[in-house]
Amino acid sequence: MKDFIIPAPMFSDRDMGTPASKSKTQVTLEIDGFEITVPEGTSIMRAAAELGITVPKLCATDSIEAFGSCRLCLVEIEGRNGTPASCTTPVAPGIKVKTQTGKLKQLRKGVMELYISDHPLDCLTCGANGDCELQDMAGAVGLRDVRYEAEATHFSAKNTSGEANIDWLPKDDSNPYFSYDPSKCIVCNRCVRACEEVQGTFALTIAGRGFESRVHAGVKEDTFLSSDCVSCGACVQACPTATLIEKSVLDIGTPDKSVVTTCAYCGVGCQFKAEMRGDELVRMVPYKHGKANRGHSCVKGRFAYGYASHKDRILNPMIRDSINDPWQEVTWAEAMSFAANRMKAIQTKYGRQSVGVITSSRCTNEETYLVQKLTRGVFENNNTDTCARVCHSPTGYGLGQTFGTSAGTQDFDSVEEADVILVIGANPHSGHPVFASRMKKRLRKGAKLIVVDPRRTESVEGPHYRASHHLALKPGTNVAIVTALAHVIVTEGLYNEEFIRTRCDWDEFQDYMEFVADPRHAPEAIEMLTSVPAAEVRGAARLYATGGNAAIYYGLGVTEHSQGSTTVIGIANLAMLTGSIGRPGVGVNPLRGQNNVQGSCDMGSFPHELPGYRHVKNPEVRAIYENLWGVKIDPEPGLRIPNMLDAAVEGSFKGLYCQGEDILQSDPDTHHVAAGLAAMECVIVHDLFLNETANYAHVFFPGSSFLEKDGTFTNAERRINMVRKVMAPKQGYADWEVTQMFANAMLEGTGRTWGYTHPSQIMEEIAMTTPSFAGVSYEKIETMGSVQWPVNDKAPEGTPLVHVDGFVRGKGKFIRTEYVATDEKTGPKFPLLLTTGRILSQYNVGAQTRRTDNTAWHPEDMLEIHPHDAENRGIRNGDWVRLASRAGVTTLRADITDKVSPGVVYTTFHHPDTQANVITTDFSDWATNCPEYKVTAVQVSPSNGPSDWQEEYNAQATLSRRILPAAE
Amino acid sequence: MQTDGINPKIPRMANQIAMFMESKPEAEGIEGLSSHINDFWEPRMRRQFFEIIDAGGEGLRPLVLKAAAKIRRPDPA
Repeated sequence: MKDFIIPAPMFSDRDMGTPASKSKTQVTLEIDGFEITVPEGTSIMRAAAELGITVPKLCATDSIEAFGSCRLCLVEIEGRNGTPASCTTPVAPGIKVKTQTGKLKQLRKGVMELYISDHPLDCLTCGANGDCELQDMAGAVGLRDVRYEAEATHFSAKNTSGEANIDWLPKDDSNPYFSYDPSKCIVCNRCVRACEEVQGTFALTIAGRGFESRVHAGVKEDTFLSSDCVSCGACVQACPTATLIEKSVLDIGTPDKSVVTTCAYCGVGCQFKAEMRGDELVRMVPYKHGKANRGHSCVKGRFAYGYASHKDRILNPMIRDSINDPWQEVTWAEAMSFAANRMKAIQTKYGRQSVGVITSSRCTNEETYLVQKLTRGVFENNNTDTCARVCHSPTGYGLGQTFGTSAGTQDFDSVEEADVILVIGANPHSGHPVFASRMKKRLRKGAKLIVVDPRRTESVEGPHYRASHHLALKPGTNVAIVTALAHVIVTEGLYNEEFIRTRCDWDEFQDYMEFVADPRHAPEAIEMLTSVPAAEVRGAARLYATGGNAAIYYGLGVTEHSQGSTTVIGIANLAMLTGSIGRPGVGVNPLRGQNNVQGSCDMGSFPHELPGYRHVKNPEVRAIYENLWGVKIDPEPGLRIPNMLDAAVEGSFKGLYCQGEDILQSDPDTHHVAAGLAAMECVIVHDLFLNETANYAHVFFPGSSFLEKDGTFTNAERRINMVRKVMAPKQGYADWEVTQMFANAMLEGTGRTWGYTHPSQIMEEIAMTTPSFAGVSYEKIETMGSVQWPVNDKAPEGTPLVHVDGFVRGKGKFIRTEYVATDEKTGPKFPLLLTTGRILSQYNVGAQTRRTDNTAWHPEDMLEIHPHDAENRGIRNGDWVRLASRAGVTTLRADITDKVSPGVVYTTFHHPDTQANVITTDFSDWATNCPEYKVTAVQVSPSNGPSDWQEEYNAQATLSRRILPAAE
Repeated sequence: MQTDGINPKIPRMANQIAMFMESKPEAEGIEGLSSHINDFWEPRMRRQFFEIIDAGGEGLRPLVLKAAAKIRRPDPA
């Protein structure tokens, strides 16, 4: 796909042949008579490309190191013998290179002749027709005929006598998204090297030698699907022919234009080229200049976009009087007036505070801003919350208290300079796969890894890396471990006194030191509590404090606890103690769950703060919005999600507008959520699908996918990335337009109205009212590709690293972190601890990924249980088991594994049939009410199949999803 | 959910905050606890909180009781 790219690229998208050199030393040389200056270590091939000279090549591509096998990129260098490969030969000062001579032309033609003699000439019907480097090179070298007629080939199923050709291998179509056709392979090794260097999985290899050399996934019996392949697509992208090709390209044909946009799955925020033919999406290809992903992708962003055109998508607005009725399809106007009348009636009857909103971390910044504006400016209360409540709200609190900003301190590039990587309560391999690939690349170069996690996750060890320390703690003891790490650093004198004296409050440090040095925090003292050997904790602390640049990456295993906020504070303490803040390679980095969870927090989704993390109690902040919106802003904090549900059960909260969030499946204690929703008089669900929450809804606004609207997402690095509309909304309106229509229906008769005509106008309003976004504009994002907030007069180009010269709050604040055991305790009735997480191929509640072929890898949620605990209970691998807590009961199948310790069980929450959150309790973080998903006391026993609850639930869900045909 | 008109989550949550604040010097702990509740608890929750306080504060940790004077009493519903 070489043609038309939107936006017109600032940086060339061309393949430069080999990766860029990072050397600061410059070298000047001459190529074909032109002088060029490039960094030392640059290949001659790349230097030529900089001049606009494309040296023919097949085995080189700029995402992987040069290999020098195809012998097509030969050049001549004055004064040197032979014809070296330009991909593997580095530049040298003053050399004179020739890329096109009679000798080179003849050699290249000979090489191509040999390649083509063992390649099928079915170009016209080949999937890569028009997008094939072999075809291009044949053209480039002027190949006009092939003198050789090969007796043995890899591409004919039968030989000339009609016998089966043993060297011919059939296609491997086992992967749902791409096809492997061995007959088209030129054994350039690009796929194998991409799997190793870019992805780090090492699933591919070249089996055999010489003529028998074949690309193979896994061991001999494996197919792509059964091998270790994680379907990231790096091999497909690297393949110069149709050997590895997307099935969608085979099906549809080559795309005719590309639109650069941002993935709508996790918080890494990968940029992709959406490659289109007309308004049909042909494929998603990771964008080389995406600063979070640098040209890499995972199975979700690369392939799992089929949900956007899934038959389950609802395309008409629907209403119903009661949740026991079937849905009635109506026009947008009818849906708006029905919803507005109900909400107005509720506010009249039960008061201003009786309704609220939940903003989406899946939607754009602009859409989120409008939803919180709806509650603050139209409902006139602060009852807004977002799914960050149930994931990273402790991050906002903890980092706000200690450093002064509610966000990560680094960009993802920073990991390339880390020497020690401490991963706490996160499994990047599954949750943030593209970041994981970048981290593993660094680990393979020798950086050390420490993992704090109850499970032996895929991130603990993998090809060519293994954690130096895996602290397999008992769920719920994070604070004890983090404080013990600090204890070792302080008592062994490993802290960075100079940093603390200049950057932090010295008196607060003295107080903290006195607290943390107490022997009760020693690794030996907490060993019984955490089950982690003291020597491991000491070793980890010493490595973190003395191993060079030390970076912390953490996830929901930190935050989703009764003491989530305390652990975040403890993590910030560790970074301040060792001076690991304010330069590349260090820092405190929360790995955000959803694509725009950072943005949804930035945009004022929390009930106590306006956009930019400014508390509603501050009159000067309220005045900004009061003047602009012409309403009075409520100075009292509003209801958080758990408060909304409590208030609904109590009878004071009656109406909810919930955008792009499935609280019934994703929030803890499903029975309580269901009771809260059932008690409301108007639930408006705005989503792509009739999700679980919609079973309790009265109004359904169909949503638009990320492919169907303009806007921005903000990733875990605070990077504001552009989302571009590549096709018209299938249901007629982008989500920001739907919210605006609803607001205007609510405002009817007040004389006020919303009149945005493009999301860029919403961003203008955000920039005008929010200091950290003051310098953000669509023009700037277009020009720079993306920008990291804060963006203001001091940092007009944005801020890749924060707290460089001083903390945002002034002095860094050390805070005591006393361990308090959670109330959720094991006992005779519930002797095991359940912890929850996610898997690579599925995403969150699975609403999207379950509606794609990703189910090939993970068709159901399984319960991981240690062989010892399974044997005690008479449970065999694959058996149905009953999982019970004090909150509820569900059933699922057992996966017996020693990844979990005895006493600990683990499951994912991707499937509504399992409803893992029936089990989780209503305990929550002390500071933010973030639910304690990661610790639930449970019992596991053999079972025959689904629980009564599961059967009742499914019956209710089926009944609730009935849709009547539209009235004529 | 409610038993005898008192939401059991309210004392539990107040006590949870107290347990964090108890590791600070007392004055700082009282300040921290009261401002935390003022900043994050909506009026309905604070109303329920004061129902407990007005009934004698049973089940609340001492630091919560000490901080109560600094917590904003919301208008009646």
